[in-house]
Amino acid sequence: MACLVRSWIPLLFLQSFLVAIAFGSNEGEEFSEELLLKPLPDRKVLAHFHFENRAPPSNSHGRNHHLFPKAISQLVQKFRVKEMELSFTQGRWNHEHWGGFDPLSSMNAKPVGVELWAVFDVPQSQVDISWKNLTHALSGLFCASINFLESSTSYAAPTWGFGTNSDKLRYGSLPREAVCTENLTPWLKLLPCRDKDGISALMNRPSVYRGFYHSQRLHLSTVESGQEGLGSGIVLEQTLTVVIQPETTSVETNMQPSWSLSSLFGRKVVGSCVLAKSSNVYLQLEGRLGHESKNVDTEIEAHKLWMNSDFDLSLKPDRVIRESSSLLFIFDIDKSSDSEPFDLGLTWKLPSKWSCEQAPLHASRFLMGSGNERGAIAILLKATESQEKLSGRNLTTDGRCTIKANIFQIFPWYIKVYYHTLQIFVDQQQKTDSEVLKKINVSPSTDKVSSGMLEMMLELPCEVKSAAISIEYDKGFLHIDEYPPDANQGFDIPSALISFPSHHASLDFQEELSKSPLLSSFKEKSLVRSYTEVLLVPLTTPDFSMPYNVITITCTIFALYFGSLLNVLRRRIGEEERFLKSQGKKRGGLKQLLSRLTAKIRGRPIEAPSSESPAAESSFLSSKLIFKIILVAGAAAAWQYFSTDK
Amino acid sequence: MAEEQNKKPCRFWIWASASVVFRLILISFPGNLNLSSRPEVSTPLTSIRRLAEGYWLKQASMSPYAGSMYHGSPLLLSVLGPLTVQRIKGQPSHLLCSLVFVIADILSAMLLRGIGQKLQMAYGLNARLLGFFMDKVILPCGDIAALVYFWNPFTIVSCVGLSTSPIENLAVILALFGAVTRRVPLAAFGFVMATHLSLYPATLAIPIIIILRYGLDAPPIKLFLQTRSVENEKSSTSTVSKQAKSKQTTHLPFLWKTVAHFLFWVLLWSLYVLVLCALSLNKYGGLEEMFKRTYGFILSIEDLSPNIGVFWYFFAEVFDFFRNFFLIVFHVNVLFMLLPLVIRLKHRPCFLAFVYLAISSILKSYPSVGDSALYLSLWALFVNELVDMKFSFFLFCGYLGISLLSPVMHNLWIWRGTGNANFYFGNAIGYACFQIVFVVESVSAMLNHDRALRRSSSNHGEVKS
Repeated sequence: MACLVRSWIPLLFLQSFLVAIAFGSNEGEEFSEELLLKPLPDRKVLAHFHFENRAPPSNSHGRNHHLFPKAISQLVQKFRVKEMELSFTQGRWNHEHWGGFDPLSSMNAKPVGVELWAVFDVPQSQVDISWKNLTHALSGLFCASINFLESSTSYAAPTWGFGTNSDKLRYGSLPREAVCTENLTPWLKLLPCRDKDGISALMNRPSVYRGFYHSQRLHLSTVESGQEGLGSGIVLEQTLTVVIQPETTSVETNMQPSWSLSSLFGRKVVGSCVLAKSSNVYLQLEGRLGHESKNVDTEIEAHKLWMNSDFDLSLKPDRVIRESSSLLFIFDIDKSSDSEPFDLGLTWKLPSKWSCEQAPLHASRFLMGSGNERGAIAILLKATESQEKLSGRNLTTDGRCTIKANIFQIFPWYIKVYYHTLQIFVDQQQKTDSEVLKKINVSPSTDKVSSGMLEMMLELPCEVKSAAISIEYDKGFLHIDEYPPDANQGFDIPSALISFPSHHASLDFQEELSKSPLLSSFKEKSLVRSYTEVLLVPLTTPDFSMPYNVITITCTIFALYFGSLLNVLRRRIGEEERFLKSQGKKRGGLKQLLSRLTAKIRGRPIEAPSSESPAAESSFLSSKLIFKIILVAGAAAAWQYFSTDK
Repeated sequence: MAEEQNKKPCRFWIWASASVVFRLILISFPGNLNLSSRPEVSTPLTSIRRLAEGYWLKQASMSPYAGSMYHGSPLLLSVLGPLTVQRIKGQPSHLLCSLVFVIADILSAMLLRGIGQKLQMAYGLNARLLGFFMDKVILPCGDIAALVYFWNPFTIVSCVGLSTSPIENLAVILALFGAVTRRVPLAAFGFVMATHLSLYPATLAIPIIIILRYGLDAPPIKLFLQTRSVENEKSSTSTVSKQAKSKQTTHLPFLWKTVAHFLFWVLLWSLYVLVLCALSLNKYGGLEEMFKRTYGFILSIEDLSPNIGVFWYFFAEVFDFFRNFFLIVFHVNVLFMLLPLVIRLKHRPCFLAFVYLAISSILKSYPSVGDSALYLSLWALFVNELVDMKFSFFLFCGYLGISLLSPVMHNLWIWRGTGNANFYFGNAIGYACFQIVFVVESVSAMLNHDRALRRSSSNHGEVKS
């Protein structure tokens, strides 16, 4: 008994100690939930969920997390991840209508499928190993086949084309990965309230996956504390971007559809997540509306902002913020409760039209050529409307206005690219490399070992209408085992990333906003990026049902070669003459057949035995035989000896 | 009679220059008539497009072997590479390269002619030595071989289609020419270059050494001995000097010195070539990388793109577990036949060289029609001996049919998608079979020719006695 008590006492101490640590660390951990709603010009609504979870720097020996997901902090600690982003996307971001020059699109318009990039804080030689381990860990964590990124044929190490300059960066994408609820559920598990409470309760699976585009993203970065003995803090940013078409009953086609949260998601927000420090909902109205109501100051005018002749909001915003081209209504959902759920609605009264700001160049990519032997990939950059506005901003030292565009592209090894066939056309005129190509970095693919990578920096004149880049390739022929089960569907080439290093997107709010992580991230300058389409390349297939036939037929040919050549070489002249003699004696086919038959029946040879004595022959044969047996046995013994030696 | 003899070389020159003009016309067409992309013409080893890519990579200060594009020699890269970039205005690109290949073809044909003239002289000499009277005209095999090389569609296609095989062929023919004319350094240079460019001509060491040691193609020694003994019997008053002579001929002259000379030069040239390669690759992994990417690529058959051989489909289909086993078996097959062939054909080293080249072109990892062009024109050197070859019409039709069907099958499979890989593979099987029959029949015809010589010489002797 005494011994039991003695063992309990330290445990109790330990428990109280742990509780103390837990509360201590809780002080620094912050969680916030936000939702941005934005009507889009093409009668759709964008909903952008943003959850941020911050873990403060703590001593590296042990962490106790209250809000922060343990799985993520372990991941960061184990693989020494400095920065990482993982996204699951279905659908394609419509740069024309949904915008390409705002922080929202440059951060959340992702390529189809899974995209993963990570920067590690390990020595250069261990980066690849860390990457491989990370892919496996993530694949288990998110129920996705991210582990396919492990093989060196599917990831690359961009140097400068990706935007982040680091030699410890690895990038990979899986265009064919199907994204579904099974990926969303583990993602939601990382949130303190999951989808039970707060804004995340809106994520009704059928409505989320019914959308035109949805991209779930997980971005984590470590923040160096700068203090000795303390580890680094982690910032985990989880976003879900959904583009939904509201159901509309109005007959007028040019009328924007009216919507409310409950009509979009089929649910309402009932209170905030109690663990969240802040939970806000934003409504961003863009374009003409913003401009029109710029010079309003008084209280009445402010009221007019949300209840005017154009549209009605069902709830009164807590604050209204003006941006250079848009209006931002801020709603705090803390006040909502079971009896009074938060259900924001927007009702349009008049038809309205506006357009989104677009990236300087619109990028698209396509394949050229036919047949399964060769082809070419072309990337087409087309000028957009916003380009005129942007021109003049980026004057180089010699006074020329230029647009810089970085192109980053990964080629799987079975797309054998001929880099010397790279051609650049500006306004349908072929340009030499030195005119427009500022920088190029190529790492060619090695068959079955590594994927190829192309990074280019183009400097195009501002008045450019279109620029096209084409590069030829040969299609590879794969081994029968390397084809996926649906071989005839074709193979995907991951999206190319076009970024504009001299253009940065940011929302410049006139008022100071300290609390909201979403808005402060919008306020930061972010690189303008756009991803191109995924290309589907059909590759020739061998006949999958033929391996045995091919093996036997080929071996038959070898036997034919070997046998017939040896037969010709070995034929002796004496033998031939004997053969000729016997042929001379031949008395016609039928008769010989008969004589042969009778000889067989009698059990006697047809002709008289040869002059050589059989005994001598047999003894000669036997000595040869013995020699052969000894030779084979010797070879076998040697083989055995050497094979067991190893 | 003299006029006719004058006319003949005249006619030869007309035909030869006509073929050169024909080539020049073909290369002036833009896009090489799309021949350079044909799998029959350009293999991963000989494609000029890959060479251009290697050159581009090297210019971009990367290893030319980075990526899996270029697998050729670094020397070829530094010679042909600059020509792939330079362009003459208003002319199709790669014109300069094509001109190099045309020149290589002309040189090869001229060297073949030289070899043929030597062989023809040797044939006449041997016939006289054996005491045959000229019951038939000795064909000018040199001219025939050169014209076959000039006008063989395979040669023309591989020259116009910008594959590097004309240069490989030139190196092989140079080695043989050097051996036949007993220019040892030249033979060694050709041999080293040919081996460096495509590995398989390494087997030619045996025939070249035999040529240098024993001299040119001749009927078996036994025949000479037989005739000698018959003569001796007949002329009972034999002088001492004659006996001494006959004794000398029973043992062939052992020219170890020439062989050692040849080996020395081979060593020297290969050292030279390796030093040059090392110099051009010293920044990009050096010789180890080169051997891995050239010989290693040939031996491990990594590229499974279709060609006229049978290996690509075999290794695309075979189970990974057995891959190494079959690789060994198939490569050893090239070597297996070396010894039996030497034993039976040691008195005909040039013919032996032809057989080796034909076998390696059948069993090559990446064969092309350029290889066939080489052995077909070498075959024409032995028209005098091989007049009685069987199935020659059948083989001719076979080669013709295969070369017509191959593009059709490729088109059906790759471009139209109405056929599948088996169509093209079936074609490759047919081609392999025809080549095998061709080699076997040639060897058999040569052995029969020797037999016939023996029989006729023994008859001759009997008649004389």
